Amino acid sequence: MARVLMKGNEAAIIGAILAGCRSFYGYPITPASELAEAAARYFPLVGGTFLQAESEVAAINMVYGAAAAGERTMTASSGPGLSLMQEGISYLAGAELPAVIVDVMRGGPGLGNIAPEQSDYHQIVKGGGHGNYRTIVLAPNSVQEMCDLTMLAFELADRYRNPVIVLTDGFIGQMMEPVELPRTLARPSEKPWAVTGTAETRPNLITSIYLNPEELEAHIRRLEAKYAHAARHVVMYEKHRTEDAELIAIGYGIVSRVLKAAVEQARAEGLKVGLFRPITLWPFPSREISVMADWARCFLVVELSHGQLVEDVRLAVHGERPVKLYTRVGGIVPTAEELLEQIRKVSEENDVRASLRETEEYLWGV
Amino acid sequence: MYVRAYGKPKSIYGVFERKPGDPRTTHYCPGCGHGNVHKYIAEAIDDFGIQDRTILISPVGCAVFAYYYFDVGNVQAAHGRAPAVATAIKRARPDSIVISYQGDGDLAAIGGNEILHAANRGENITVFFINNAIYGMTGGQMAPTTLPGQITTTTPMGRAPEREGFPLRVSELLASLEGPTYIERVALFDNKSRMRARKAIRKAIQVQLEGRGFSLVEILSPCPTGWGMTPAQACEWIQKEMLRYFPLGVFKDVSATRPPVHTAASREAMPLPSVASPEDIFALLGLEGVESVSPPLMRETEIPARYRNPRIKVAGFGGQGVLFLGRLLAEAGMRQGYHVSWLPSYGPEMRGGTAHCHVTISTEPIASPLVSRPSVLIAMNQPSLERFEPEVIPGGLILYDSSLISTRPRRTDVETLPVPATQIADQLGGAKAANMVALGAYLGLTKVLPAESVIVTLERMVENRSLLELNVKSLQAGLDYVSAR
Repeated sequence: MARVLMKGNEAAIIGAILAGCRSFYGYPITPASELAEAAARYFPLVGGTFLQAESEVAAINMVYGAAAAGERTMTASSGPGLSLMQEGISYLAGAELPAVIVDVMRGGPGLGNIAPEQSDYHQIVKGGGHGNYRTIVLAPNSVQEMCDLTMLAFELADRYRNPVIVLTDGFIGQMMEPVELPRTLARPSEKPWAVTGTAETRPNLITSIYLNPEELEAHIRRLEAKYAHAARHVVMYEKHRTEDAELIAIGYGIVSRVLKAAVEQARAEGLKVGLFRPITLWPFPSREISVMADWARCFLVVELSHGQLVEDVRLAVHGERPVKLYTRVGGIVPTAEELLEQIRKVSEENDVRASLRETEEYLWGV
Repeated sequence: MYVRAYGKPKSIYGVFERKPGDPRTTHYCPGCGHGNVHKYIAEAIDDFGIQDRTILISPVGCAVFAYYYFDVGNVQAAHGRAPAVATAIKRARPDSIVISYQGDGDLAAIGGNEILHAANRGENITVFFINNAIYGMTGGQMAPTTLPGQITTTTPMGRAPEREGFPLRVSELLASLEGPTYIERVALFDNKSRMRARKAIRKAIQVQLEGRGFSLVEILSPCPTGWGMTPAQACEWIQKEMLRYFPLGVFKDVSATRPPVHTAASREAMPLPSVASPEDIFALLGLEGVESVSPPLMRETEIPARYRNPRIKVAGFGGQGVLFLGRLLAEAGMRQGYHVSWLPSYGPEMRGGTAHCHVTISTEPIASPLVSRPSVLIAMNQPSLERFEPEVIPGGLILYDSSLISTRPRRTDVETLPVPATQIADQLGGAKAANMVALGAYLGLTKVLPAESVIVTLERMVENRSLLELNVKSLQAGLDYVSAR
């Protein structure tokens, strides 16, 4: 089978081209610049547009324009750039325009550094812009998935007429792995709502302003219905040895790769540990996690942010089981040995806690 | 019998169905300039016969509702961003006629960057810039074009240049750029000036129609409500006050000499419509997949057990080619059908830094690409050896460039292989190829990958013939060094 060794950032661009994306508007930033560079190299070869914008603010509004004109379009950046794009993402969602945005996360807040972090979770998954909207968020953990999930992102963006964000980190973006080149092309669907400068589309209007409160409420209700549909149909996740696991470790992106190695080592030591990886961060696989609370004694969330992902896990677990948190921030990715140590510790602690809880229940009973 | 010689332009809706309230009147105040400008634009669209092709981008400001009136394709943009939106629409739809309609706050304050760069790129779009020296819709605050001394709700004592700066002369500013084709400032205060505005608006659209690039018309426009004047007083104020600061005239016009840009034809010549399969796209992109030798060959007979499924760290100075060495290993490993991963240390592009990468070659799918406990360390300088030596697993291998590293590894529980890589490469004609000597020695010792496969990969990765020759020679020298040991 033919494979190509490439960086995650480059694979996302290949996926985009195969999905029929024909324009990229972006602004350089480490560690996402390879996306713009690959787009500059490849898009003109397939009749597409690459334009280096004057800022991330301009880039996201160019994406807004291309999407309004019915073109599959994208941009990419890292945390500081995504902060600047939030206004535009809100407008895209409000005007119901499909677009794909890749966020290759780095350290923050402020200028932070360029090493991998996952601290954009809140701003991306919860929606960093103003207003009642959601973005679908996909979290690849390999170079192959950078390609495949970017392709999927365009399909979802069109299906829901909503921005979709591919949320990854500096390691997944920068690392190289073999990619099996996809054998299918995605054909962009018809977009009768677009404004393309033709007689048929002359009556069309792309806007997010609804001056009348009743009309805006109806518009938001319509968006909510769309998001409810996505929440039922778009959830994606990966489970690894969770069937009999007493401790379930949860992480996404690069963390899930290191966790997998740690879980394997823990299993070799006889610990009943499994790995759960959310692939969609919104919609979040809450139901799947809550189901696992039936048999798992405890959860361990590992993230490169200070307690962002864990909030969603705790909402899903709903106090049924303890949810432990282990974080590294500042651009440090934990090693498998480090995570194995955490798994051992939490496994041990969990037994202690379980007996404490029984004591408490006993006391309450008295 | 009579002929109707004067009427509503076709590109303005007969009834304003999108507008709440009375669908026969506009939402603009009496004496406001927007009505005139809307009409002139619509007349030009009618006369050029481009109603179906026109896409109007409305701003944030009173003209946010321009789509109530214009019977053309309509897109509403975020505050100040219309030139960015217009840029992408025009590039996506080169046949369309894209008009950005903006006020002074929108264009000259919050959207200053977008207009500057769209103009500088010479985007083939048309911008109509309404300068009424005030924020009208939000209730009369100071605009970047507010005149010195002018009272607004945020300059209650009048605009003081020492405090609020001077009014921006946008036309003059943009005319200083190479990019734009046509820039003119007009005004609406009497019939003569209005006819001049009408003509300029028509010309700006024509420039785009001919594909000659960026055109902008700045229109000094009355805002009687914002200014607290009657419509007649407002016209007088433009003539007496605004003209003193904002002179009328053509500031740039190279439409006669500028060749057409961004034409529809140039885009249609691109291969997009004919592309049918992924293979066609890969061919266009120059992407060539590597067919792997299968099944994987890491058998006991060929590779000593302790060298199998290596987790490798390669480290050295930036410029020693350690990232390349790692990539070559990963590429060649992929060619042999293995699972591989390559993870670089990445940082600001600075000279003299250290670089390292993590490489895994495995018969099994790779969980973590992060090599925290390497089974192999290839150290090309002293700091790298010192830093990563403790990480190597017991029984692992440390291969180091003994030309540059004088102190031996302290570890006694690992295998060590000193290779005078820099010295050997230097004798072959380039110390830069020391990385290939080290790689050759690693392959010679461990047999992890066949040398031929690495050389085939090298041929794919290195285009420069003499550099390729040096690399292959150095690789061979590394292999020989180990076998002669």
